[in-house]
Amino acid sequence: MTGAATRAEVCVVACAEAWRDDGEILASPIGLIPTIGARLARATFSPDLLLTDGEAMLGQGTWAIGSQPQVIEGWMPYRAIFDLIYHGKRHVMMSPSQIDAHGNVNISAIGEFSRPKAALLGVRGAPGNTVSHPTSYWVPRHTTRAFVHRVDMVSGIGYDRAAEAGEPASRYHELRRVVSNLGVFDFATGDHRMRLVSVHPGVTVAEISAATGFELAVPDDVPPTREPAAEELQLIRSVIDPGGSRDAEVRG
Amino acid sequence: MTAAAAVADLRSGMTIGIGGWGSRRKPMTLVRAICRSDLTDLTIVSYGGPDVGLLLAAGKVRKLVYGFVSLDSIPLEPHFRAARQSGAIEVAEYDEGMLQLGLYAASCRLPFLPTRAGLGSDVLRVNPELRTVPSPYDGEELLAMPALHLDAAIVHASRADGFGNAQFLGPDPYFDDLFCTAAQRAYVSCEKVVPTPELTAAAPVQTLRIQRWMVAGVVEAPHGAHFTSCDPDYGRDEEFQREYAGAAADPAAWAAFRASYFDQDEAGYQAAVAARRYARRGAS
Repeated sequence: MTGAATRAEVCVVACAEAWRDDGEILASPIGLIPTIGARLARATFSPDLLLTDGEAMLGQGTWAIGSQPQVIEGWMPYRAIFDLIYHGKRHVMMSPSQIDAHGNVNISAIGEFSRPKAALLGVRGAPGNTVSHPTSYWVPRHTTRAFVHRVDMVSGIGYDRAAEAGEPASRYHELRRVVSNLGVFDFATGDHRMRLVSVHPGVTVAEISAATGFELAVPDDVPPTREPAAEELQLIRSVIDPGGSRDAEVRG
Repeated sequence: MTAAAAVADLRSGMTIGIGGWGSRRKPMTLVRAICRSDLTDLTIVSYGGPDVGLLLAAGKVRKLVYGFVSLDSIPLEPHFRAARQSGAIEVAEYDEGMLQLGLYAASCRLPFLPTRAGLGSDVLRVNPELRTVPSPYDGEELLAMPALHLDAAIVHASRADGFGNAQFLGPDPYFDDLFCTAAQRAYVSCEKVVPTPELTAAAPVQTLRIQRWMVAGVVEAPHGAHFTSCDPDYGRDEEFQREYAGAAADPAAWAAFRASYFDQDEAGYQAAVAARRYARRGAS
Protein backbone atom coordinates (compact mmCIF):
# COMPACT_ATOMS: atom_id res chain seq x y z
CA MET A 1 0.00 0.00 0.00
CA THR A 2 2.89 2.34 0.65
CA GLY A 3 6.02 2.93 -1.36
CA ALA A 4 7.13 5.38 -4.00
CA ALA A 5 4.99 5.86 -7.06
CA THR A 6 5.77 3.63 -10.03
CA ARG A 7 6.25 5.06 -13.49
CA ALA A 8 2.77 3.83 -14.41
CA GLU A 9 1.31 5.78 -11.49
CA VAL A 10 3.16 8.94 -12.50
CA CYS A 11 1.72 8.46 -16.01
CA VAL A 12 -1.80 7.98 -14.63
CA VAL A 13 -1.59 11.28 -12.75
CA ALA A 14 -0.07 13.05 -15.77
CA CYS A 15 -3.01 11.81 -17.86
CA ALA A 16 -5.49 12.84 -15.15
CA GLU A 17 -4.03 16.36 -15.25
CA ALA A 18 -5.17 16.66 -18.88
CA TRP A 19 -8.76 16.97 -17.61
CA ARG A 20 -8.06 19.51 -14.83
CA ASP A 21 -10.40 22.52 -15.00
CA ASP A 22 -12.44 20.93 -17.80
CA GLY A 23 -15.72 21.33 -15.91
CA GLU A 24 -18.88 19.49 -16.94
CA ILE A 25 -17.77 17.75 -20.12
CA LEU A 26 -17.41 14.14 -21.24
CA ALA A 27 -13.90 12.80 -20.58
CA SER A 28 -13.21 10.09 -23.17
CA PRO A 29 -10.09 8.15 -22.27
CA ILE A 30 -9.04 5.51 -24.82
CA GLY A 31 -6.88 2.78 -23.28
CA LEU A 32 -5.99 1.70 -19.79
CA ILE A 33 -3.71 4.41 -18.34
CA PRO A 34 -5.92 7.28 -19.61
CA THR A 35 -9.00 5.47 -18.24
CA ILE A 36 -7.46 5.19 -14.77
CA GLY A 37 -6.39 8.83 -15.12
CA ALA A 38 -9.85 10.10 -16.05
CA ARG A 39 -11.48 8.26 -13.14
CA LEU A 40 -8.81 9.65 -10.82
CA ALA A 41 -9.37 13.19 -12.13
CA ARG A 42 -13.08 12.94 -11.39
CA ALA A 43 -12.53 11.39 -7.98
CA THR A 44 -10.27 14.31 -7.03
CA PHE A 45 -9.86 17.66 -8.77
CA SER A 46 -12.40 17.49 -11.65
CA PRO A 47 -15.60 16.23 -9.96
CA ASP A 48 -17.96 17.49 -12.67
CA LEU A 49 -16.58 15.32 -15.50
CA LEU A 50 -18.89 12.81 -17.19
CA LEU A 51 -17.56 9.28 -17.75
CA THR A 52 -18.91 6.29 -19.63
CA ASP A 53 -18.55 2.62 -18.74
CA GLY A 54 -16.74 2.13 -22.06
CA GLU A 55 -20.00 0.93 -23.58
CA ALA A 56 -23.15 3.05 -23.59
CA MET A 57 -23.80 4.14 -20.01
CA LEU A 58 -22.75 7.26 -18.11
CA GLY A 59 -21.75 6.19 -14.63
CA GLN A 60 -21.53 8.08 -11.35
CA GLY A 61 -18.95 7.50 -8.66
CA THR A 62 -15.59 5.79 -8.94
CA TRP A 63 -15.36 2.21 -10.10
CA ALA A 64 -12.54 -0.23 -10.69
CA ILE A 65 -11.03 -1.36 -13.98
CA GLY A 66 -12.98 -4.41 -15.10
CA SER A 67 -16.07 -3.59 -13.05
CA GLN A 68 -19.23 -1.60 -13.70
CA PRO A 69 -20.40 1.71 -12.21
CA GLN A 70 -22.86 1.37 -9.32
CA VAL A 71 -25.06 4.25 -10.45
CA ILE A 72 -26.04 4.93 -14.05
CA GLU A 73 -26.75 8.61 -14.70
CA GLY A 74 -27.36 8.59 -18.41
CA TRP A 75 -27.48 6.78 -21.74
CA MET A 76 -24.67 7.48 -24.16
CA PRO A 77 -24.87 5.17 -27.20
CA TYR A 78 -22.47 5.89 -30.06
CA ARG A 79 -24.98 8.10 -31.80
CA ALA A 80 -25.19 10.35 -28.74
CA ILE A 81 -21.38 10.41 -28.57
CA PHE A 82 -21.22 11.66 -32.17
CA ASP A 83 -23.76 14.38 -31.37
CA LEU A 84 -21.70 15.35 -28.32
CA ILE A 85 -18.49 15.46 -30.37
CA TYR A 86 -20.01 17.99 -32.75
CA HIS A 87 -21.43 19.96 -29.84
CA GLY A 88 -17.93 20.15 -28.40
CA LYS A 89 -18.40 19.31 -24.69
CA ARG A 90 -15.86 16.50 -24.79
CA HIS A 91 -12.13 16.02 -24.26
CA VAL A 92 -10.72 12.81 -25.69
CA MET A 93 -7.36 11.21 -24.99
CA MET A 94 -6.38 8.88 -27.82
CA SER A 95 -3.35 6.65 -28.24
CA PRO A 96 -1.64 7.22 -31.60
CA SER A 97 0.88 4.96 -33.32
CA GLN A 98 2.68 8.00 -34.74
CA ILE A 99 2.71 11.67 -33.72
CA ASP A 100 4.71 14.57 -35.19
CA ALA A 101 5.96 17.93 -33.93
CA HIS A 102 2.72 19.71 -34.89
CA GLY A 103 0.52 17.08 -33.26
CA ASN A 104 -0.65 15.28 -36.38
CA VAL A 105 -1.32 11.66 -35.44
CA ASN A 106 -1.73 8.37 -37.27
CA ILE A 107 -3.86 5.43 -36.12
CA SER A 108 -4.68 4.19 -39.63
CA ALA A 109 -1.76 2.69 -41.53
CA ILE A 110 2.05 2.61 -41.48
CA GLY A 111 3.65 3.13 -44.88
CA GLU A 112 1.87 4.01 -48.11
CA PHE A 113 -1.90 4.05 -47.54
CA SER A 114 -2.81 2.14 -50.71
CA ARG A 115 -0.68 -0.80 -49.63
CA PRO A 116 0.50 -0.26 -46.07
CA LYS A 117 3.37 -2.07 -44.41
CA ALA A 118 1.13 -2.33 -41.37
CA ALA A 119 -2.62 -1.76 -41.45
CA LEU A 120 -3.83 -0.43 -38.11
CA LEU A 121 -7.37 0.41 -36.95
CA GLY A 122 -8.46 3.01 -39.48
CA VAL A 123 -8.86 6.73 -38.75
CA ARG A 124 -11.81 6.00 -36.42
CA GLY A 125 -13.14 9.26 -34.95
CA ALA A 126 -9.79 11.07 -34.96
CA PRO A 127 -10.53 13.46 -37.86
CA GLY A 128 -13.84 14.59 -36.36
CA ASN A 129 -12.57 14.67 -32.77
CA THR A 130 -9.64 16.95 -33.54
CA VAL A 131 -11.72 19.57 -35.41
CA SER A 132 -14.53 19.51 -32.83
CA HIS A 133 -13.18 19.59 -29.27
CA PRO A 134 -10.03 19.38 -27.14
CA THR A 135 -7.82 16.36 -27.75
CA SER A 136 -4.89 14.91 -25.82
CA TYR A 137 -2.69 11.91 -26.50
CA TRP A 138 -1.15 9.05 -24.55
CA VAL A 139 1.88 7.19 -25.95
CA PRO A 140 2.87 4.22 -23.78
CA ARG A 141 6.21 3.65 -25.56
CA HIS A 142 8.10 6.82 -26.41
CA THR A 143 10.43 5.96 -29.32
CA THR A 144 11.55 7.50 -32.60
CA ARG A 145 9.05 5.15 -34.28
CA ALA A 146 6.19 6.84 -32.42
CA PHE A 147 7.48 10.44 -32.28
CA VAL A 148 8.21 10.89 -35.97
CA HIS A 149 9.22 13.66 -38.33
CA ARG A 150 6.16 13.00 -40.49
CA VAL A 151 3.18 10.71 -39.86
CA ASP A 152 2.18 8.39 -42.70
CA MET A 153 -1.58 8.98 -42.61
CA VAL A 154 -2.89 12.10 -40.88
CA SER A 155 -5.86 10.80 -38.89
CA GLY A 156 -6.10 13.43 -36.12
CA ILE A 157 -4.94 16.80 -37.37
CA GLY A 158 -2.14 18.89 -35.89
CA TYR A 159 -1.78 22.66 -35.68
CA ASP A 160 -0.13 23.06 -39.11
CA ARG A 161 -2.89 21.11 -40.88
CA ALA A 162 -5.60 22.95 -38.97
CA ALA A 163 -4.09 26.30 -39.99
CA GLU A 164 -3.74 25.22 -43.65
CA ALA A 165 -7.31 23.97 -43.77
CA GLY A 166 -8.53 27.31 -42.42
CA GLU A 167 -11.23 28.51 -40.08
CA PRO A 168 -13.69 25.59 -40.40
CA ALA A 169 -10.98 23.15 -39.28
CA SER A 170 -9.12 25.35 -36.80
CA ARG A 171 -12.09 26.98 -35.08
CA TYR A 172 -12.56 24.27 -32.44
CA HIS A 173 -9.16 22.58 -32.83
CA GLU A 174 -7.14 22.37 -29.63
CA LEU A 175 -4.45 19.90 -28.65
CA ARG A 176 -4.01 20.02 -24.89
CA ARG A 177 -1.21 17.69 -23.92
CA VAL A 178 0.75 14.61 -24.84
CA VAL A 179 1.75 12.18 -22.12
CA SER A 180 4.29 9.44 -22.81
CA ASN A 181 6.02 6.94 -20.57
CA LEU A 182 8.92 9.42 -20.44
CA GLY A 183 7.39 12.87 -20.08
CA VAL A 184 4.64 15.43 -20.62
CA PHE A 185 4.41 17.72 -23.65
CA ASP A 186 2.22 20.51 -24.97
CA PHE A 187 2.12 22.84 -28.00
CA ALA A 188 2.42 26.16 -26.17
CA THR A 189 5.08 27.70 -28.40
CA GLY A 190 4.55 30.59 -30.81
CA ASP A 191 4.27 28.23 -33.78
CA HIS A 192 2.50 25.41 -31.89
CA ARG A 193 5.37 22.93 -32.00
CA MET A 194 5.62 20.19 -29.43
CA ARG A 195 7.29 21.40 -26.26
CA LEU A 196 8.65 19.44 -23.34
CA VAL A 197 6.66 20.36 -20.23
CA SER A 198 8.08 17.95 -17.66
CA VAL A 199 10.19 14.81 -17.42
CA HIS A 200 9.00 11.86 -15.37
CA PRO A 201 11.11 11.19 -12.27
CA GLY A 202 14.20 9.19 -13.27
CA VAL A 203 14.12 10.31 -16.92
CA THR A 204 16.54 12.83 -18.45
CA VAL A 205 15.92 15.44 -21.13
CA ALA A 206 18.65 13.80 -23.22
CA GLU A 207 16.83 10.46 -23.09
CA ILE A 208 13.64 12.07 -24.32
CA SER A 209 15.39 13.96 -27.12
CA ALA A 210 17.09 10.75 -28.24
CA ALA A 211 13.74 8.93 -28.34
CA THR A 212 12.07 11.69 -30.37
CA GLY A 213 12.35 11.78 -34.17
CA PHE A 214 12.03 15.57 -34.45
CA GLU A 215 13.39 18.59 -32.64
CA LEU A 216 11.44 19.21 -29.46
CA ALA A 217 11.12 22.67 -28.00
CA VAL A 218 12.99 22.33 -24.70
CA PRO A 219 12.84 25.21 -22.20
CA ASP A 220 15.98 26.01 -20.20
CA ASP A 221 14.48 24.69 -17.04
CA VAL A 222 12.35 21.54 -17.32
CA PRO A 223 10.69 20.47 -14.06
CA PRO A 224 9.99 16.87 -13.11
CA THR A 225 6.44 15.58 -13.61
CA ARG A 226 4.66 15.88 -10.31
CA GLU A 227 4.54 12.83 -8.10
CA PRO A 228 1.14 11.41 -7.20
CA ALA A 229 -0.22 12.66 -3.90
CA ALA A 230 -0.88 10.13 -1.13
CA GLU A 231 -4.64 10.34 -1.70
CA GLU A 232 -4.13 9.75 -5.43
CA LEU A 233 -1.94 6.72 -4.84
CA GLN A 234 -4.52 5.32 -2.47
CA LEU A 235 -7.29 5.78 -5.06
CA ILE A 236 -5.22 4.24 -7.86
CA ARG A 237 -4.01 1.30 -5.82
CA SER A 238 -7.09 0.35 -3.82
CA VAL A 239 -10.07 1.74 -5.69
CA ILE A 240 -9.50 2.20 -9.43
CA ASP A 241 -6.86 -0.39 -10.32
CA PRO A 242 -6.53 -2.81 -7.41
CA GLY A 243 -5.52 -5.55 -9.88
CA GLY A 244 -2.42 -3.58 -10.86
CA SER A 245 -3.05 -3.80 -14.60
CA ARG A 246 -1.36 -0.39 -15.04
CA ASP A 247 2.05 -1.90 -14.40
CA ALA A 248 1.68 -4.22 -17.39
CA GLU A 249 1.27 -1.23 -19.71
CA VAL A 250 4.12 0.86 -18.29
CA ARG A 251 6.98 -0.82 -16.47
CA GLY A 252 9.51 0.62 -14.04
CA MET B 1 -37.47 -16.32 -44.15
CA THR B 2 -34.27 -18.34 -43.98
CA ALA B 3 -30.78 -16.87 -44.10
CA ALA B 4 -30.26 -18.60 -47.44
CA ALA B 5 -33.44 -17.03 -48.83
CA ALA B 6 -32.30 -13.58 -47.72
CA VAL B 7 -28.91 -14.08 -49.34
CA ALA B 8 -30.61 -15.36 -52.52
CA ASP B 9 -32.08 -11.83 -52.88
CA LEU B 10 -28.57 -10.38 -53.09
CA ARG B 11 -26.50 -10.06 -56.28
CA SER B 12 -22.81 -9.95 -57.04
CA GLY B 13 -21.48 -6.40 -57.24
CA MET B 14 -24.01 -5.01 -54.77
CA THR B 15 -23.22 -2.48 -52.05
CA ILE B 16 -24.18 -4.05 -48.73
CA GLY B 17 -24.24 -2.33 -45.34
CA ILE B 18 -23.71 -4.36 -42.19
CA GLY B 19 -25.03 -3.23 -38.80
CA GLY B 20 -23.42 -3.61 -35.39
CA TRP B 21 -20.13 -2.10 -34.29
CA GLY B 22 -16.68 -3.75 -34.21
CA SER B 23 -17.21 -7.15 -32.62
CA ARG B 24 -20.65 -6.26 -31.22
CA ARG B 25 -24.03 -7.53 -32.41
CA LYS B 26 -22.98 -8.35 -35.95
CA PRO B 27 -25.41 -10.30 -38.18
CA MET B 28 -22.96 -13.20 -38.32
CA THR B 29 -25.45 -15.87 -39.43
CA LEU B 30 -26.21 -13.76 -42.50
CA VAL B 31 -22.50 -13.02 -43.01
CA ARG B 32 -21.72 -16.73 -42.88
CA ALA B 33 -24.51 -17.33 -45.41
CA ILE B 34 -22.94 -14.77 -47.75
CA CYS B 35 -19.57 -16.47 -47.29
CA ARG B 36 -21.13 -19.79 -48.38
CA SER B 37 -22.89 -18.22 -51.38
CA ASP B 38 -21.48 -17.63 -54.87
CA LEU B 39 -21.74 -13.83 -54.48
CA THR B 40 -18.62 -11.88 -55.46
CA ASP B 41 -17.35 -8.30 -55.94
CA LEU B 42 -19.33 -6.87 -53.04
CA THR B 43 -18.86 -3.38 -51.70
CA ILE B 44 -19.17 -3.65 -47.93
CA VAL B 45 -20.04 -0.67 -45.71
CA SER B 46 -19.43 -1.34 -42.03
CA TYR B 47 -18.23 -0.21 -38.63
CA GLY B 48 -16.10 -3.25 -39.16
CA GLY B 49 -15.35 -6.29 -37.07
CA PRO B 50 -15.17 -10.01 -37.84
CA ASP B 51 -18.02 -9.55 -40.36
CA VAL B 52 -15.50 -7.77 -42.56
CA GLY B 53 -12.78 -10.29 -41.68
CA LEU B 54 -14.84 -13.32 -42.69
CA LEU B 55 -16.04 -11.75 -45.93
CA LEU B 56 -12.46 -10.79 -46.83
CA ALA B 57 -11.22 -14.29 -46.00
CA ALA B 58 -13.93 -15.74 -48.25
CA GLY B 59 -12.88 -13.47 -51.13
CA LYS B 60 -16.27 -11.74 -51.34
CA VAL B 61 -15.12 -8.13 -51.15
CA ARG B 62 -14.13 -5.81 -53.98
CA LYS B 63 -14.35 -2.59 -52.00
CA LEU B 64 -14.56 -1.79 -48.32
CA VAL B 65 -16.09 1.42 -46.90
CA TYR B 66 -15.34 1.84 -43.19
CA GLY B 67 -14.18 4.04 -40.33
CA PHE B 68 -12.32 1.22 -38.58
CA VAL B 69 -12.07 -2.54 -38.50
CA SER B 70 -11.44 -4.00 -35.05
CA LEU B 71 -12.29 -6.97 -32.85
CA ASP B 72 -12.57 -4.61 -29.82
CA SER B 73 -10.91 -6.82 -27.20
CA ILE B 74 -8.31 -7.62 -29.89
CA PRO B 75 -7.60 -4.25 -31.51
CA LEU B 76 -6.52 -5.35 -34.99
CA GLU B 77 -8.47 -7.65 -37.35
CA PRO B 78 -5.99 -10.07 -38.98
CA HIS B 79 -7.90 -10.69 -42.24
CA PHE B 80 -8.40 -6.95 -42.69
CA ARG B 81 -4.69 -6.35 -42.10
CA ALA B 82 -3.74 -9.03 -44.63
CA ALA B 83 -6.13 -7.66 -47.26
CA ARG B 84 -4.90 -4.09 -46.79
CA GLN B 85 -1.23 -5.04 -46.72
CA SER B 86 -1.50 -7.09 -49.91
CA GLY B 87 -3.42 -4.30 -51.63
CA ALA B 88 -6.11 -6.85 -52.50
CA ILE B 89 -9.10 -4.57 -52.06
CA GLU B 90 -10.18 -1.05 -52.87
CA VAL B 91 -11.00 1.00 -49.79
CA ALA B 92 -12.78 4.17 -48.71
CA GLU B 93 -11.63 4.93 -45.19
CA TYR B 94 -13.69 7.65 -43.51
CA ASP B 95 -14.06 9.21 -40.10
CA GLU B 96 -16.70 7.26 -38.12
CA GLY B 97 -18.98 10.29 -38.04
CA MET B 98 -18.62 10.76 -41.82
CA LEU B 99 -19.87 7.21 -42.28
CA GLN B 100 -22.93 7.99 -40.18
CA LEU B 101 -23.62 11.17 -42.15
CA GLY B 102 -23.25 9.29 -45.45
CA LEU B 103 -25.85 6.77 -44.31
CA TYR B 104 -28.09 9.53 -42.99
CA ALA B 105 -27.84 11.47 -46.27
CA ALA B 106 -28.83 8.34 -48.22
CA SER B 107 -31.65 7.74 -45.76
CA CYS B 108 -32.90 11.34 -46.19
CA ARG B 109 -32.52 11.12 -49.99
CA LEU B 110 -30.00 13.97 -49.93
CA PRO B 111 -26.84 14.03 -52.08
CA PHE B 112 -24.61 14.95 -49.15
CA LEU B 113 -24.51 16.36 -45.64
CA PRO B 114 -22.00 18.98 -44.47
CA THR B 115 -19.53 18.34 -41.68
CA ARG B 116 -16.22 19.49 -40.25
CA ALA B 117 -15.10 15.89 -39.69
CA GLY B 118 -12.32 15.04 -42.12
CA LEU B 119 -11.19 18.61 -42.86
CA GLY B 120 -7.41 18.94 -42.77
CA SER B 121 -6.89 15.18 -42.51
CA ASP B 122 -5.51 12.67 -45.01
CA VAL B 123 -9.02 11.27 -45.39
CA LEU B 124 -9.34 13.91 -48.13
CA ARG B 125 -6.00 12.88 -49.70
CA VAL B 126 -6.86 9.17 -49.91
CA ASN B 127 -10.48 9.81 -51.00
CA PRO B 128 -9.87 12.41 -53.75
CA GLU B 129 -13.51 12.31 -54.86
CA LEU B 130 -14.54 14.12 -51.66
CA ARG B 131 -15.52 17.77 -52.13
CA THR B 132 -16.05 20.75 -49.88
CA VAL B 133 -19.02 23.10 -50.06
CA PRO B 134 -19.37 26.72 -48.87
CA SER B 135 -22.12 27.49 -46.40
CA PRO B 136 -24.60 29.80 -48.17
CA TYR B 137 -25.09 31.62 -44.87
CA ASP B 138 -21.57 32.48 -43.73
CA GLY B 139 -19.29 31.09 -46.42
CA GLU B 140 -17.66 28.52 -44.14
CA GLU B 141 -16.16 25.79 -46.35
CA LEU B 142 -17.31 22.41 -45.05
CA LEU B 143 -16.80 18.84 -46.17
CA ALA B 144 -19.72 17.51 -48.23
CA MET B 145 -20.06 13.89 -47.14
CA PRO B 146 -21.69 12.07 -50.06
CA ALA B 147 -24.70 9.83 -49.49
CA LEU B 148 -23.78 6.19 -49.00
CA HIS B 149 -26.55 4.42 -50.89
CA LEU B 150 -26.86 0.76 -50.06
CA ASP B 151 -28.43 -1.90 -52.25
CA ALA B 152 -29.04 -3.97 -49.17
CA ALA B 153 -28.44 -3.91 -45.41
CA ILE B 154 -28.13 -6.74 -42.93
CA VAL B 155 -28.49 -6.21 -39.17
CA HIS B 156 -29.00 -8.44 -36.14
CA ALA B 157 -31.60 -7.62 -33.47
CA SER B 158 -32.49 -9.20 -30.14
CA ARG B 159 -36.16 -9.80 -31.00
CA ALA B 160 -38.46 -9.16 -33.93
CA ASP B 161 -41.97 -9.99 -34.96
CA GLY B 162 -42.72 -11.60 -38.28
CA PHE B 163 -43.53 -8.22 -39.86
CA GLY B 164 -40.09 -6.70 -39.38
CA ASN B 165 -40.58 -4.71 -36.19
CA ALA B 166 -37.27 -5.29 -34.46
CA GLN B 167 -36.07 -4.71 -30.92
CA PHE B 168 -32.71 -4.08 -29.30
CA LEU B 169 -32.37 -5.24 -25.71
CA GLY B 170 -28.68 -4.42 -25.45
CA PRO B 171 -27.02 -1.16 -24.41
CA ASP B 172 -26.58 0.41 -27.85
CA PRO B 173 -28.64 0.27 -31.04
CA TYR B 174 -25.49 1.36 -32.92
CA PHE B 175 -26.50 2.65 -36.38
CA ASP B 176 -28.62 -0.31 -37.44
CA ASP B 177 -31.75 1.69 -38.26
CA LEU B 178 -29.69 4.04 -40.45
CA PHE B 179 -28.21 1.08 -42.31
CA CYS B 180 -31.76 -0.14 -42.94
CA THR B 181 -33.10 3.21 -44.14
CA ALA B 182 -30.03 3.88 -46.33
CA ALA B 183 -30.71 0.59 -48.13
CA GLN B 184 -33.09 -0.45 -50.89
CA ARG B 185 -33.79 -3.64 -48.99
CA ALA B 186 -32.94 -4.51 -45.38
CA TYR B 187 -32.80 -7.94 -43.79
CA VAL B 188 -33.05 -8.32 -40.02
CA SER B 189 -31.88 -11.45 -38.31
CA CYS B 190 -32.86 -11.84 -34.67
CA GLU B 191 -32.36 -14.14 -31.73
CA LYS B 192 -36.04 -14.95 -31.60
CA VAL B 193 -39.17 -14.15 -33.60
CA VAL B 194 -42.03 -13.40 -31.20
CA PRO B 195 -45.68 -12.36 -31.52
CA THR B 196 -45.91 -8.56 -31.72
CA PRO B 197 -47.50 -8.09 -28.24
CA GLU B 198 -44.50 -9.77 -26.62
CA LEU B 199 -42.18 -7.01 -27.86
CA THR B 200 -43.67 -4.31 -25.65
CA ALA B 201 -44.59 -6.75 -22.87
CA ALA B 202 -40.88 -7.50 -22.37
CA ALA B 203 -39.28 -4.06 -22.72
CA PRO B 204 -40.13 -0.38 -23.24
CA VAL B 205 -41.37 0.67 -26.67
CA GLN B 206 -38.21 2.76 -27.11
CA THR B 207 -36.30 -0.47 -27.75
CA LEU B 208 -38.24 -0.89 -31.02
CA ARG B 209 -35.77 1.00 -33.16
CA ILE B 210 -36.54 -0.76 -36.43
CA GLN B 211 -40.03 -0.68 -37.92
CA ARG B 212 -41.52 -2.93 -40.52
CA TRP B 213 -41.51 -0.25 -43.25
CA MET B 214 -37.70 -0.39 -43.15
CA VAL B 215 -37.46 -4.15 -43.51
CA ALA B 216 -37.75 -6.57 -46.44
CA GLY B 217 -37.21 -9.79 -44.51
CA VAL B 218 -36.83 -11.27 -41.03
CA VAL B 219 -34.63 -14.27 -40.30
CA GLU B 220 -34.81 -16.10 -36.99
CA ALA B 221 -31.19 -16.83 -36.08
CA PRO B 222 -30.52 -17.95 -32.50
CA HIS B 223 -26.90 -17.19 -31.59
CA GLY B 224 -26.96 -15.30 -34.87
CA ALA B 225 -24.36 -12.79 -33.72
CA HIS B 226 -21.88 -15.40 -32.52
CA PHE B 227 -18.99 -14.88 -31.88
CA THR B 228 -19.71 -11.18 -31.46
CA SER B 229 -21.73 -9.94 -28.48
CA CYS B 230 -25.50 -9.81 -28.35
CA ASP B 231 -26.23 -8.48 -24.88
CA PRO B 232 -28.19 -9.35 -22.82
CA ASP B 233 -28.66 -12.78 -24.44
CA TYR B 234 -24.92 -13.45 -24.58
CA GLY B 235 -21.60 -11.67 -24.45
CA ARG B 236 -18.79 -11.92 -26.94
CA ASP B 237 -17.27 -15.41 -27.13
CA GLU B 238 -13.79 -14.16 -26.25
CA GLU B 239 -12.20 -17.59 -26.32
CA PHE B 240 -13.55 -18.31 -29.76
CA GLN B 241 -12.52 -14.87 -30.97
CA ARG B 242 -8.97 -15.39 -29.68
CA GLU B 243 -8.83 -18.69 -31.55
CA TYR B 244 -10.25 -17.00 -34.67
CA ALA B 245 -7.67 -14.21 -34.53
CA GLY B 246 -4.82 -16.63 -33.87
CA ALA B 247 -5.84 -18.86 -36.77
CA ALA B 248 -6.42 -15.92 -39.11
CA ALA B 249 -2.81 -14.83 -38.73
CA ASP B 250 -1.54 -18.06 -40.32
CA PRO B 251 -2.80 -19.65 -43.60
CA ALA B 252 -2.45 -23.29 -42.49
CA ALA B 253 -4.09 -22.63 -39.14
CA TRP B 254 -6.85 -20.70 -40.88
CA ALA B 255 -7.57 -23.60 -43.26
CA ALA B 256 -7.98 -25.95 -40.29
CA PHE B 257 -10.12 -23.46 -38.35
CA ARG B 258 -12.30 -22.80 -41.39
CA ALA B 259 -12.78 -26.53 -41.94
CA SER B 260 -13.76 -27.02 -38.30
CA TYR B 261 -16.37 -24.27 -38.21
CA PHE B 262 -17.16 -22.47 -41.42
CA ASP B 263 -17.10 -25.13 -44.18
CA GLN B 264 -20.59 -26.34 -43.28
CA ASP B 265 -24.12 -25.02 -42.93
CA GLU B 266 -25.25 -22.78 -40.06
CA ALA B 267 -26.62 -25.70 -38.00
CA GLY B 268 -23.24 -27.40 -38.39
CA TYR B 269 -21.45 -24.23 -37.32
CA GLN B 270 -23.62 -23.79 -34.23
CA ALA B 271 -23.23 -27.50 -33.35
CA ALA B 272 -19.44 -27.26 -33.69
CA VAL B 273 -19.41 -24.16 -31.47
CA ALA B 274 -21.60 -25.90 -28.87
CA ALA B 275 -19.43 -29.03 -28.96
CA ARG B 276 -16.32 -26.90 -28.53
CA ARG B 277 -17.86 -25.14 -25.53
CA TYR B 278 -18.87 -28.47 -24.01
CA ALA B 279 -15.38 -29.93 -24.52
CA ARG B 280 -13.75 -26.87 -22.93
CA ARG B 281 -16.07 -27.02 -19.96
CA GLY B 282 -15.24 -30.69 -19.51
CA ALA B 283 -11.55 -29.92 -19.66
CA SER B 284 -11.59 -27.21 -17.03
